[in-house]
Amino acid sequence: MTRTTTARGKRGLTVLAAGGAGLALVLAGCSSSDDSSDDTADVMADVDCADYEVYGDLEGTTVSVYSSIVDLEAEQQEQSYDPFEECTGATVEYEGSKEFEAQLPVRIQSGSAPDIAFVPQPGFLRTLVADYPDALTPVGDQASQNVDEFYSESWRDYGTVDGELYGTPLGANVKSFVWYSPSMFADAGYEVPESWEDMIALSDQIVEDTADDPDTKPWCAGIGSGDATGWPATDWLEDVMLRTAGPDVYDQWVSHEIPFNDPQVQDALAQVGTVLKNEEYVNGGLGDVTSIATTEFTEAGYPIIDQLCYMHRQASFYQANWSTLDPDLQVAEDGDIWAFYLPAPSDAEKKPLLGGGEFVVSFDDRPEVQAFQAYLASPEWSNNKATATPQGWISANNGLDTSLLQSPIDQLSVELLTDEEYEFRFDGSDMMPGQVGAGSFWTEMTEWIASDKSDEDVLDAIEASWPSS
Amino acid sequence: MDWLLEADGVGQKLGVMLVAILLFVVVMGLILFFVDRPKNTPRWVVVTAFTGPAVLLIAFGLLYPGIKTIRDSFYNRTSDVFVGFDNYVTAFTQDEFQIVLRNTAIWVILVPIAATLLGLIYAVVVDRSRFEKFAKTLIFMPMAISMVGASIIWKFMYEYKPASRPQIGLLNQTLVWLGLEPQKFLLDAPMNTFWLIVVMIWIQAGFAMTILAAAIRAIPDDVVEAARLDGVNGLELFRHITVPSIRPALVVVLTTIAIGTLKVFDIVRTMTGGRFETSVIANEFYTQALRQGDTGLGSALAVILFVLVVPIIIYNVRQLRKTEEIR
Repeated sequence: MTRTTTARGKRGLTVLAAGGAGLALVLAGCSSSDDSSDDTADVMADVDCADYEVYGDLEGTTVSVYSSIVDLEAEQQEQSYDPFEECTGATVEYEGSKEFEAQLPVRIQSGSAPDIAFVPQPGFLRTLVADYPDALTPVGDQASQNVDEFYSESWRDYGTVDGELYGTPLGANVKSFVWYSPSMFADAGYEVPESWEDMIALSDQIVEDTADDPDTKPWCAGIGSGDATGWPATDWLEDVMLRTAGPDVYDQWVSHEIPFNDPQVQDALAQVGTVLKNEEYVNGGLGDVTSIATTEFTEAGYPIIDQLCYMHRQASFYQANWSTLDPDLQVAEDGDIWAFYLPAPSDAEKKPLLGGGEFVVSFDDRPEVQAFQAYLASPEWSNNKATATPQGWISANNGLDTSLLQSPIDQLSVELLTDEEYEFRFDGSDMMPGQVGAGSFWTEMTEWIASDKSDEDVLDAIEASWPSS
Repeated sequence: MDWLLEADGVGQKLGVMLVAILLFVVVMGLILFFVDRPKNTPRWVVVTAFTGPAVLLIAFGLLYPGIKTIRDSFYNRTSDVFVGFDNYVTAFTQDEFQIVLRNTAIWVILVPIAATLLGLIYAVVVDRSRFEKFAKTLIFMPMAISMVGASIIWKFMYEYKPASRPQIGLLNQTLVWLGLEPQKFLLDAPMNTFWLIVVMIWIQAGFAMTILAAAIRAIPDDVVEAARLDGVNGLELFRHITVPSIRPALVVVLTTIAIGTLKVFDIVRTMTGGRFETSVIANEFYTQALRQGDTGLGSALAVILFVLVVPIIIYNVRQLRKTEEIR
């Protein structure tokens, strides 16, 4: 799932900062509307206000934005609005909250909805449209044209409910990554696996080579994430499902055209089990299989640094966690830490790519709100955001100038996103109804690991929770 | 005066706070002044002036939401289709909710008894001892910590690492020192619920101790002396003199902690997020109503919680009245 996408990294780390965590949790409820630092020279450097004339003169108007993005990433968000504010005269009031998903419906109900909100899950967007049909405003012409021009049709579809476009794409992330240490691989003489079979063979090789060391395992994993515990396991199943059943069956599964407990899903889950529930493979430096359930996802890859674990499957946004662990770590192909594409079986035709993203939803059709939504769907915004963000942000906007991306993993992510050889699919749990995608799918996958609930029982329970209407 | 409405930064927020306090003092002062001024004010004016604002606020902030919650509990997730008792049927029949109800029962039975017992024993033991003040401060201190803070502290206490790795959690380090295997305290059901309960007891024992210590102090010396002259030993004194004398205080402490425990939310949410079969009603109704957007089921759970709390509150109030009558 993509609950807070990149913001999630920071979220878990705040908890890591234990001492102040109590305070942090208290403050989490507060907004972060303080003006960011004046360090905006970069973003403003190459701005040509001629590009912004399409939005008209918005002097004296204000647009309020509400999202789950907080802390440093919120500052980078706000910086990316500066050119818009500067050129059109509009003011953007940004507010981030970690309780975004719980608070947004409350604000809609109480009639104090923001002008713009960033919704990280298409499934949640659909629920919002269904529950509050009058509150959401369909996307305006200008923004809609931008989506047509700069995004692929599938991205438009993610933001479309019942044929009407409600959400324009914002950021994106790529999830089909396995983090590893290039130096550790080189020392042991291992090569990056090119197919699923190679990856399993490599895992077996590692088991053999580290037989005398009970702590070191090929894989490490963690699915702890507060009340969202379980989502990394859903990503695992989705990624494997794409590889074993193929993208078409995956689509049917996500849209519930085939039941959640279809035999093909059972096969995929069984395959995930050969890694995640294999005592020989997991959980390097962290314990046995059940320790996956209690390990915070933010810390689950860290055993790689202690050479206790060789591979950790996690999305592109995990790079922020490496630099938090140690700012000197080189995230690069020849550095301390890098990621390879989670390989497909050797007989697969296309390489499936799992990812996620956020969508911009508006609750008002005032001109300044529509203009701002159009701006967020424009290449100018994507480029401004890339300039403002040193690492951990990409978008699927085809006007994005990839040379502006500052981190190698971001560049790789965009490369995979735009490569014809890879077939992109949106995170399934984010597309499913909230009761499943942000409910039973998480809890049942947690049970699957924590109390060794059987594949069949897990899938049956999720199927039973699928809303009937 | 824009900053009053849109306070930005610590200084302005403190300013807003001061203005709010001033406003409160001025309004209350005015009310009291006008009520007090004429000598022969009719009684109903006084009553209205004093209770009016409170009644209004309770009606608006408690009564109305309460009634709406009860109504919503009979409606579907978006509160627009009447579904009868469906939500209650779900809450009482589905496996996951039965675990929630079971856990809540364990909490509400264990916490008050254990916290009160510990507080009582502690109060008796340190009473009039040399370190009384220090010892009391020590056990009272957890009361001053927020539940979320306490939960984070205890999450670290229970932290698990494999046996061969350096331990971070105090409890598991102790186990390793004793040559035992480290335990996954928060993962292994159903014991994990008990480990969460320990946190609540840790917080509440101080409260119990404070109230009970005061009650013990209030036992007249002559009663104790008379008993001593009759030749009772320490344990008999405790059973026949101390406990009966502080019975009203005991009941208040037990029921107060029971009410607090029924509403427990912070500990569960912070430590396990309700996972691994540790959820309780308060956590579950938050999850259902606000995370899952199922207002109906969330309201039903809230109403169940309300129904469970009411008898305890009634008992509590009656006990308080009795105590007052004795005085």
